[in-house]
Amino acid sequence: MRSTYVIFCRELASYFATPLAYVFIVIFLVLAGSLTFFMGNFFDRGQDDLVAFFSFHPWLYLVLIPALSMRLWAEERKSGTIELFLTLPVSMTAAVLGKFLAAWAFSGIALALTFPFWITVNIFGHPDNGVILASYIGSLLMAGAYLAIGSALSALTKNQVIAFVLTAAVCFAFTVSGSTMVLGFLQGWAPAGLVEAVSSFSFFSHFSTILRGVIDLRDAVFFLSVMALFLYANAVIVDLKKAD
Amino acid sequence: MDAMIEVRRLTRRFGPVTAVDDVSFSVRRGEVLGFLGPNGAGKSTTMKVITGFLAPSSGTVVVCGADIVNDPIAAKRHIGYLPEGAAGYPDMTTLGFLRFIARIRGFDGAEAKSRIDLAIQRTSLQGVLQQPIETLSKGFKCRVGLAQALLHDPDVLILDEPTDGLDPNQKHEVRTLITELAPTKAIIISTHILEEVEAVCTRATILAHGKLLADGTPQELEARSRHHNAVRLSIAGSSDDAVTALLRLPGVLSIEPVTDAEGAGIMIFPRDGRAIVGEVTDLVRTAGWPITGLRVERGRLDDVFRAVTARPSAAA
Repeated sequence: MRSTYVIFCRELASYFATPLAYVFIVIFLVLAGSLTFFMGNFFDRGQDDLVAFFSFHPWLYLVLIPALSMRLWAEERKSGTIELFLTLPVSMTAAVLGKFLAAWAFSGIALALTFPFWITVNIFGHPDNGVILASYIGSLLMAGAYLAIGSALSALTKNQVIAFVLTAAVCFAFTVSGSTMVLGFLQGWAPAGLVEAVSSFSFFSHFSTILRGVIDLRDAVFFLSVMALFLYANAVIVDLKKAD
Repeated sequence: MDAMIEVRRLTRRFGPVTAVDDVSFSVRRGEVLGFLGPNGAGKSTTMKVITGFLAPSSGTVVVCGADIVNDPIAAKRHIGYLPEGAAGYPDMTTLGFLRFIARIRGFDGAEAKSRIDLAIQRTSLQGVLQQPIETLSKGFKCRVGLAQALLHDPDVLILDEPTDGLDPNQKHEVRTLITELAPTKAIIISTHILEEVEAVCTRATILAHGKLLADGTPQELEARSRHHNAVRLSIAGSSDDAVTALLRLPGVLSIEPVTDAEGAGIMIFPRDGRAIVGEVTDLVRTAGWPITGLRVERGRLDDVFRAVTARPSAAA
């Protein structure tokens, strides 16, 4: 697992070698803040919790995570460094995991930098910090699931823009699959089992459960399985497409 | 372990296209094998399979006893590879990139440092250590690629067009480096510069349409040229009489007028590549022609290259 770690370090450092890291973090924080304050009515709610802050995360990730994941493999394929990378003595597992974990750690850094919100609610009230911690863990798990999808899709193409759009579309599908809009559309004709299945894939509903303060094993397992599934697909896709 | 690289009945298809077609050869320690061939001949594909980047459609490659299909990581440890395209991550500095390569190849601390220093010194990268690779000139990028390929002192070096796009001085440096490394390693280089083969290779193969069409020392390949043992003769004044007389010699097949850097003259082609310089000089001496130049040709690789690659089915 040494090679996973070495790849992880290189990838994580590469985020900070370009302005990408700083642009991403600034925009993430600005968006998180403005959504919370303006759309979530953080102050008017008069509640000392961070529900207004966390409930926008699925939408925030929908836009920002594809921007983070699009370069993972598309850039390697475009610049041709994939040939160098995959002829080093590393396993495909290490290559895929190292890259994914670096992106995940980076999104974790961005998430951790929202700590002023946590400080704010602790200054003005007495929030349940257990719920907040659970929400942070839930948000991180959800970010990982979005990233795994994005990582797999970025291996499909050399074009980062296509990778971005594909990822945003698939992530959107996963996000809204539990919404009344989608379910209402299905309920008229689809068998109940299918409706149930579609709604159970919703990132939103799994994340909402976590926001209530309990990390249910099922929700954690759900996000972790999405990651495992898409990272496996990622390895398969890299293997299939690297020759193009 | 005699052969360091053994390519066994290697075939690689891309959909309906067969890029490499049933190719077998082996390379021993101390050999520098030159891959010659027109663009699209399958040189790069063969290299990508040897280095484990692409899986073979059938057949296999064994590198230092490790099968690239069944035991890719062990095989890759023995290989240093300079790919045709990117030689390093564009946004990394030269030093940062070499450190990454050292770490991923399993070197730490003092050993990593000494290996990086040696690679830098061998490829003269001292001046650009802190520069991002994307800002380097083509020559330096190529040297960064060579440095990362050499860093772990591999038994096998695979270099895909190592001198492509370099100026004559840089080409000379790279060739000198390859010659220095050659005795302890098995090296494959691909090129379409024929003089390079004569300069660095101990063995040359010609690939076209995915097939291996010729395999031998550069001298053996040159001997297949129609210029092999031909005599280039320059005569002051008219050479018509000389041509008539020379054509009567039993060893002479044909004579063509040539004009090159040495001026005008005639090229006397031998029958079946035999040495005719003796017959020709005897005749010249007896006839007393005012000759201004006489030279024996070794043979021309580009003749062989053209002849072999133009008629793939006949030559195979």
